[in-house]
Amino acid sequence: MKKIILIGVSALTLTTGILAAQETLRIITWKGYTPKALVDKFEKETGIKLKITYSNNEEMIAKLRATRGGGFDLAQPSQDRISFVQKKFPVYQPIDYSRIDTKQIIPSMLEAVKKNSGVNGKGYAVPFCYGTTGMIVNKKLAPGAKDWSDLWSPKYAGKISYRLKRPLLIATAFGMGKNPFALYGDIKAYKKLMAEVEKKLINSKKLVKNYWTSADTQKANMRSGDVVVESGWDGIGWQLHKENPDIDFIAPKSGALGWIDTYAIPAKSKNVEGAYKFINFMLRPENAAYFTNKEGYGTASVGADKLLKPEIKDNFSRSFSKTDIDNIKWHPPVPEGFEAIESKVLERIKAAEVK
Amino acid sequence: METKRNRAFYFVLLPVLAWLMILIFIPHIELLVNSFKVDGQESWTLENYTDFFTNRIYWMTLVKTVSYAIGVTILAFIVAFPVAFYLTKVVSKRYVGPLTMLLLVPLWVGELITIYGWMIILGDHGIINQFLIDLGWIEKPLPLLYNDFSMILGLLYMSVLFMIVPIMSTLESLDDSLIEAASDLGAGKWTIIRRIVIPYAMPGIVSGSIIVFMLVIGDYLAPNILGGKSSLWFTEQIYNQFLSTFNWNEGAAFGFLLLLISSLIVWIALKVSGQKLERVGS
Repeated sequence: MKKIILIGVSALTLTTGILAAQETLRIITWKGYTPKALVDKFEKETGIKLKITYSNNEEMIAKLRATRGGGFDLAQPSQDRISFVQKKFPVYQPIDYSRIDTKQIIPSMLEAVKKNSGVNGKGYAVPFCYGTTGMIVNKKLAPGAKDWSDLWSPKYAGKISYRLKRPLLIATAFGMGKNPFALYGDIKAYKKLMAEVEKKLINSKKLVKNYWTSADTQKANMRSGDVVVESGWDGIGWQLHKENPDIDFIAPKSGALGWIDTYAIPAKSKNVEGAYKFINFMLRPENAAYFTNKEGYGTASVGADKLLKPEIKDNFSRSFSKTDIDNIKWHPPVPEGFEAIESKVLERIKAAEVK
Repeated sequence: METKRNRAFYFVLLPVLAWLMILIFIPHIELLVNSFKVDGQESWTLENYTDFFTNRIYWMTLVKTVSYAIGVTILAFIVAFPVAFYLTKVVSKRYVGPLTMLLLVPLWVGELITIYGWMIILGDHGIINQFLIDLGWIEKPLPLLYNDFSMILGLLYMSVLFMIVPIMSTLESLDDSLIEAASDLGAGKWTIIRRIVIPYAMPGIVSGSIIVFMLVIGDYLAPNILGGKSSLWFTEQIYNQFLSTFNWNEGAAFGFLLLLISSLIVWIALKVSGQKLERVGS
């Protein structure tokens, strides 16, 4: 008996010893944000092994909250979802911007992210990429779709899809001619606006085919032709355009919603050094350009635009006119308590019977 | 001798107890404590539970989830019983193994994959609709996906096997001569099934029903992906409390309500069917 235990214990120490010998960096990120070629390049260059977990904003917050900022060495939350989380449950550590190669980053974007993610004057994030939420449209089958309001147009009854999450509520408010971001300081008025949005979406529920839940279902909807108008991310719309030229991303007339995804370092990161290395690596112009060429999302890297493929530049100019760009509504940081209002609204919409 | 056996006994028991304590008991205690607290307050409160009963949307969702789960359990029995009977009593012994294997295959690929499979089959441009359109039987695709039909199909598909296996194991020990004797005494097919086969298989049916009911009531994927627009499942609401609202206290309270209600229903089912948990569980 004792012998077996002894062997077991020594085997255990041996394997943990081997595991510890290789430096690892655990990243929680979005699908597509760590292309294989760049992961291999980074591992070869630094000898740090990457462990990647795919997630989204809500899950990232919940996971980091559960471990009080442990379990991952680097995270990629959206810039508007950092400061209120940090105030409530301190899950991140402040970024030491002197360790970031800031020359590589578009200065205005860096400043904006520093400010929006800030708590007590300290910034908690570094911008990585940006994009917009707008509409993905099958131009052959729905030539007239131009604005958010087409998501409840009877013209496309049964061929509409969207994701039942907070960006939809904001988009619907813009489509109704309101500006929800202007009400971020006034929780009462915001609640009232959300009640109107809720009514609109419940009344138009019969027109909706389904609520998509991920990039995959978003693509499947358009590929199958079951859906002709859906809310969606620009990168996805452009990927679909490559497969089928009838499908494209459009910026809604009342304004596409702009987001910036960032790098933030969890409070209990075990490899802060590696995290900074990875951030600087990913924002290097040639690497950032590789990412954008592959996924279609815009990059925060300063020198990358010279290395972009012409088709990527085409995407942007095809979907965004000068006015569309000026009209992008960038997500301001979400104030605390607002997501609880939105969550109830979303639940009531989901539970509502189709009228 | 005696002490030696005891030592071995504790050696086996220890991991089981440790497992129960560390992975099941302690986290549940923490959740239970959480469910009686509100963020930022030290004192105990019932607020999370009263929230459930005062918001129609919450308890309605639970009522809906429970009634659908009961419905799926009954459907699973209707589908599973003939299959189990066929596999144990009708088909030649040689084929039982391979046929049971075939039943197990969908389990190997995982629930998410089978759900995506159903999406391909049921979609507007999916296999069934395309086939019917090509035959000229219908002009517009039938709405098969993203409604209660597809959701129930998905739930049934992932859970029916857990009904088949327990029924099979009880039927296996049913002596064929009992059926022959009944038949010789003039009983018809239905009478035999109703008065001999089903009562004999009852422990298997009840344990299968408990597993199916629990699987369905706690499922997240099928209602979420196949269910479409109005399929708010109670598990989804728990998920929302944890992930969208960041209200873990209320999420914990919901989790305990789900545990309580489903245990209650299982208890009632045991009472009504006159079965004992020990017998069903074995």
